[in-house]
Amino acid sequence: MAQNPYLPHKVKILSIKRQTKIDYTFKLESSIKPDNGQFVEVSLPKIGECPISVSDFGDGWIEMTIRRVGRVTNVLHDLKEGDGMFIRGPYGNGFPLQKYKNKHIVIAAGGTGLAPVKSVVNYFYDRLDLVKQLNLLTGFKSPEDVLFKDELEKWSKDFNVIVTVDQGNKDWTGDVGLITEYVKDMDFSNPEEVEVIVVGPPMMMKFTVQEFLKLGVPEENITVSFERKMCCGIGKCGHCKIDDTYVCLEGPVFNYTKAMELID
Amino acid sequence: MSTVEFNNIISKLLLDYRILAPVCLEGKGTFSGTDLVTYGDIERIQDVVFDRKTVYSAKEVVFPPNETMFYFTEEEFKQPSVDQKGILVFARPCDINAFRRLDAIYLESGPYPDPYYLQLREKLKFVLMECDHGFKNCFCTSTGTNETGDFSLLIRTEEDQIFCLINDAGLEDLISESLASNSMRKVDLQPRFVQRNKTRLQIPDKLDNSLFAHPLWQEYASRCTGCGRCNFSCPTCSCFTMQDVFYRDNPNCGERRRVWASCMIEGYTEMAGGQEVRKTQGERMRFKVMHKFSDFKKRFGFHMCVGCGRCDNVCPEYISLPRCVEKLQEINNGGVS
Repeated sequence: MAQNPYLPHKVKILSIKRQTKIDYTFKLESSIKPDNGQFVEVSLPKIGECPISVSDFGDGWIEMTIRRVGRVTNVLHDLKEGDGMFIRGPYGNGFPLQKYKNKHIVIAAGGTGLAPVKSVVNYFYDRLDLVKQLNLLTGFKSPEDVLFKDELEKWSKDFNVIVTVDQGNKDWTGDVGLITEYVKDMDFSNPEEVEVIVVGPPMMMKFTVQEFLKLGVPEENITVSFERKMCCGIGKCGHCKIDDTYVCLEGPVFNYTKAMELID
Repeated sequence: MSTVEFNNIISKLLLDYRILAPVCLEGKGTFSGTDLVTYGDIERIQDVVFDRKTVYSAKEVVFPPNETMFYFTEEEFKQPSVDQKGILVFARPCDINAFRRLDAIYLESGPYPDPYYLQLREKLKFVLMECDHGFKNCFCTSTGTNETGDFSLLIRTEEDQIFCLINDAGLEDLISESLASNSMRKVDLQPRFVQRNKTRLQIPDKLDNSLFAHPLWQEYASRCTGCGRCNFSCPTCSCFTMQDVFYRDNPNCGERRRVWASCMIEGYTEMAGGQEVRKTQGERMRFKVMHKFSDFKKRFGFHMCVGCGRCDNVCPEYISLPRCVEKLQEINNGGVS
């Protein structure tokens, strides 16, 4: 048989970091070189396979932040450091980093939507001189759901980071409310120079994009990332198809001018 | 040549080929006392059903309903071996054209050809079965898939006589040996294709998002039961889902399979956590119709549907795909539906 793209290979778990009760970040030993925003198909033989976005990567490692939410991820959460999981990929496209140079960047991420853009944030965090301004807006359901607390802390020292929760508790001293409220407050002197990334649950993406459009940010300056069921990752299985577009091939990252036409 | 003589050729071909054709499984039909005409292995020409349309298509030859991709034991993967024999499939023009649609998805879409599909497809040769007339719900003349030149053999049966056109050098060598000793006579044989169907429709040039909100789809929301038969009987439906199983006797061993998936069945888009798009049967019907008559063409340059009409034949709610397309054309023409 010719080279078989469906065959996964084993990768070792270097470390596991518990972000929340249900979100763990797995650092894996891997030589794959993904683009920022791509995904891999993760599997456990006998359990199943699912697409997971790569949240960060470096020389010889990749990182994925995985929520315990289904058949495969439930079992993934029982794994320990030193154990292995199977991956194939990377698949899809990534964020157009070149396009963001010398721009005023706003990254709006809802919940686990922060994972696929984490590597983008880190990329520009390490190269702040490449951009005019960097802003990160993140929203979570509650203080217990906040992901990447250490990174958020670190980032907030060097650029504008807003962390908001839908509902606070007695210990929460940060912002409360939906992301959209905080977009409204943004003041762009030149919206044409603003580049926006929006990733999160469908409703969050829809209304957040609307707020940016109201502020005068052009449609073509907005980038989103989609989440869909994908069984193959290589344009065959059909599950992620919208119109004539395969999210696994032409996405998951889309310019909004394209995304606005993709109706499921 | 005679049936007996042709069966001798079949016996010879069976040494190198698996031969599949429409066969009749008595009493296996959906309703009691009915037969099921479907694809099966044959050993003689009398096994082949020429005068009825199969319920399921021939696609399972290259795209099995349930296909093992690899076995795993502990941490090792092993791919299943495949039969070295070639595959000869008796197929009508629409079905032969349908394989071109499957080729587009499996061999041309995405960065890699699908190796499982490819290894079976490379073995495949077609035996063209002519249609004397269109069958119930056929509309191949409207989809332009009533003719084909892609066949290795043409078989025509007339009473006790078999007429045969060989269109393949490999098969010619094999068959000509047998022919030499035959009492056959030479005739001029040209394939005959159906030129008219009872069901005719005009495929709209333009189907776009503006139709998404049309109330037309609501009718399907209430009529369609989401059984998926239309997808499973379709010769061009190519979607699949991955499935892992482990063996009860030894939970350390198992296999990863792919199984046919249906965009009309609940769960097709469901992700972990329960998020799902297209929750109503109306939206699912819209997705399927748009794929068959618009989306696929935008990507590959030709329509996906080959007009075999099987989906209409098997629908328990008597939903008609060509009627739906006709309505869309009426809407495009400004008519009210």
